[in-house]
Amino acid sequence: MTKRQENIAVLESEGLGYLVQALIDKGYEVLGPRIKDGAVTYDQIETVRDLPIGWTDRQEPGSYRLVKSGKKTYFDYAVGPHSWKKYLHPPETRLWEARRDEQGFTVIEPERETAKKALLGVRPCELQALAIQDTVFTGGPYLAPGYQERRSNLFIVAVNCVRPGGTCFCASMKTGPKATSGFDLALTEILESGRHYFVVEVGSASGEELLSDLPTKVADDAEKEAAAKAMERATAKMGRELDTKGIRELLYKCFDDPHWQTVADRCFSCGNCTMVCPTCFCVNVEDGTDLSGQQAERWSRWDSCFTRDFSYIHGGSIRFTVKARYRQWMTHKLAYWLDQFGTLGCVGCGRCITWCPAGIDITEEVRALRDKEQSEKVQSV
Amino acid sequence: MVGKRKPKLAVWKFASCDGCQLCLLDCEDELLAVAGEIEIANFPEASHRVVKGPYDISFVEGSITTPHDAERIHKVRRASKFLVTIGACATAGGIQALRNFADVSEYTSIVYPSPEYIKTLNKSTPIADHVPVDFELRGCPINKYQLVEVLSAFLNGRKPNIPAYSVCMECKMRGIVCVMVARGIPCLGPVTQAGCGALCPSYDRGCYGCFGPKETPNTSALGEAWKRLNVEDRDIVRAFRGVNAYAEPFRKASEAYEK
Ligand code: SF4
Ligand code: SF4
Ligand code: SF4
Repeated sequence: MTKRQENIAVLESEGLGYLVQALIDKGYEVLGPRIKDGAVTYDQIETVRDLPIGWTDRQEPGSYRLVKSGKKTYFDYAVGPHSWKKYLHPPETRLWEARRDEQGFTVIEPERETAKKALLGVRPCELQALAIQDTVFTGGPYLAPGYQERRSNLFIVAVNCVRPGGTCFCASMKTGPKATSGFDLALTEILESGRHYFVVEVGSASGEELLSDLPTKVADDAEKEAAAKAMERATAKMGRELDTKGIRELLYKCFDDPHWQTVADRCFSCGNCTMVCPTCFCVNVEDGTDLSGQQAERWSRWDSCFTRDFSYIHGGSIRFTVKARYRQWMTHKLAYWLDQFGTLGCVGCGRCITWCPAGIDITEEVRALRDKEQSEKVQSV
Repeated sequence: MVGKRKPKLAVWKFASCDGCQLCLLDCEDELLAVAGEIEIANFPEASHRVVKGPYDISFVEGSITTPHDAERIHKVRRASKFLVTIGACATAGGIQALRNFADVSEYTSIVYPSPEYIKTLNKSTPIADHVPVDFELRGCPINKYQLVEVLSAFLNGRKPNIPAYSVCMECKMRGIVCVMVARGIPCLGPVTQAGCGALCPSYDRGCYGCFGPKETPNTSALGEAWKRLNVEDRDIVRAFRGVNAYAEPFRKASEAYEK
């Protein structure tokens, strides 16, 4: 075992198995990419053989296909339909329950999750999504129940994107394709001239500690150069682009634009975009009882601004039209979010584009609004 | 809740297959609790004992297809404080509403040796077309957990948690990979109300629309998306013409693609 002089190391591809095992030995449940039902999803990983070895994907608006690459790569795919929020902000959580008794009723707090989880293969855009959800759930005076516990028990192995997907636009959003912070370890997978290895960056003390148990060596200049080149190529290969210049002002100006209706004509208001989005956080809080009325429960369940009842207030829904719902969604992501949390609410992962069964593309819709705005400006001069 | 009279429940059948009523019997684990909280006053599928009305809550299964039933549903309504229709037949007219797109006398003349004995209406219609309904529980068949939820909500004086959003919402919450996006399989999920737990997509099939139209369903956009998957117009017509064929958004969609 070499003592590293600096925090860039090299792990040969065979060493990835040691990384997984080291995490398991430290008591982590390892979660990572696995092929399921024709897509790369996130699930429990027991050995490196569970990873999508030799698979890549073809993504377009409304379409996703897995493709065999014939290579030995572990991480040659772009993000799939799942995001890590399913572990940190689960689709449903029981907030509390209450039972009737002689005194009235007793409230029973749910058991807090204390299991240690290691996330393997977190993409740079997903690190930013985690940071955004941290702000949402813990940045204000009220903490989302359980989130902090789940979050603080994480070990994060990021993987830089050497091959962005067809709907990725992280370069535009300045969230990728290279991870800069928010990880314990960050890997860049290199398969060049028959050699397969990972360039490893350390992002925390626990990352440092884990790495010291692995058969690594200090990265030499050629290896560092290979990783840097791979990142340059990835930046140049982005599937899509979103111009964020003055985006907030643009959307506020376009509030009444007839273009929203043309999107609404295509949109199903099915909610898929918000379900797959790694930053969307909205929930519905539901109260339930058992038949006898002896027990009551309060559940938090994912909800979406695309549902009619999401905006139900006394007397009815305030966003009855799909036009109002799509506008709310996009304007929240790219304008209100800045006012509310200080960052954009979109990280450029492209999931909402790929997994929209109608194939609606947020980057195209922003472009359409911008073009209209531009041409109106020209006309009024 | 000692000394409180148990609410009386009645279950009524109109034109239907009994599947939805059976969902109530299928609530094995919950049934004891149900029996503990309510008096099952009229439920021929479960017991011959009939207790006279009025009833606190009535579950109505089936659609109206005969002049006799069109009368009978008014009696049921008069005898019921709270009336819940259950299933696609009661809420949309059911599969038997396919007659609404055809000529009934032609059918009866083919099927029956003496069609003059058949007294049937030209259309199969949902209960809400005849009497006011307090709550509609969708599905073909209904989901038993939703049924228990409606009952618990009724007994405890609260609103039932029955979402009107799309099947896609539950599909994604279950982490199912979208069959439409990942396999190009046409799916009715985006315009269909949740309730089944995205059963078909979880078995690699497209949604058949058993729970009827969701709130604000964009059926024409879905038809266009299906066409991009090379589905032909007549197959779009067939898809919308299932058990919820006569639910208005599905009816309009099938008629639009029939032209
Ligand atoms: S944008 Fe696409 S995924 Fe989102 S609600 Fe509309 S149709 Fe569904
Ligand atoms: S809005 Fe779309 S591209 Fe942006 S983070 Fe959400 S899913 Fe990804
Ligand atoms: S499989 Fe069907 S129900 Fe599920 S997300 Fe896709 S379109 Fe919606």
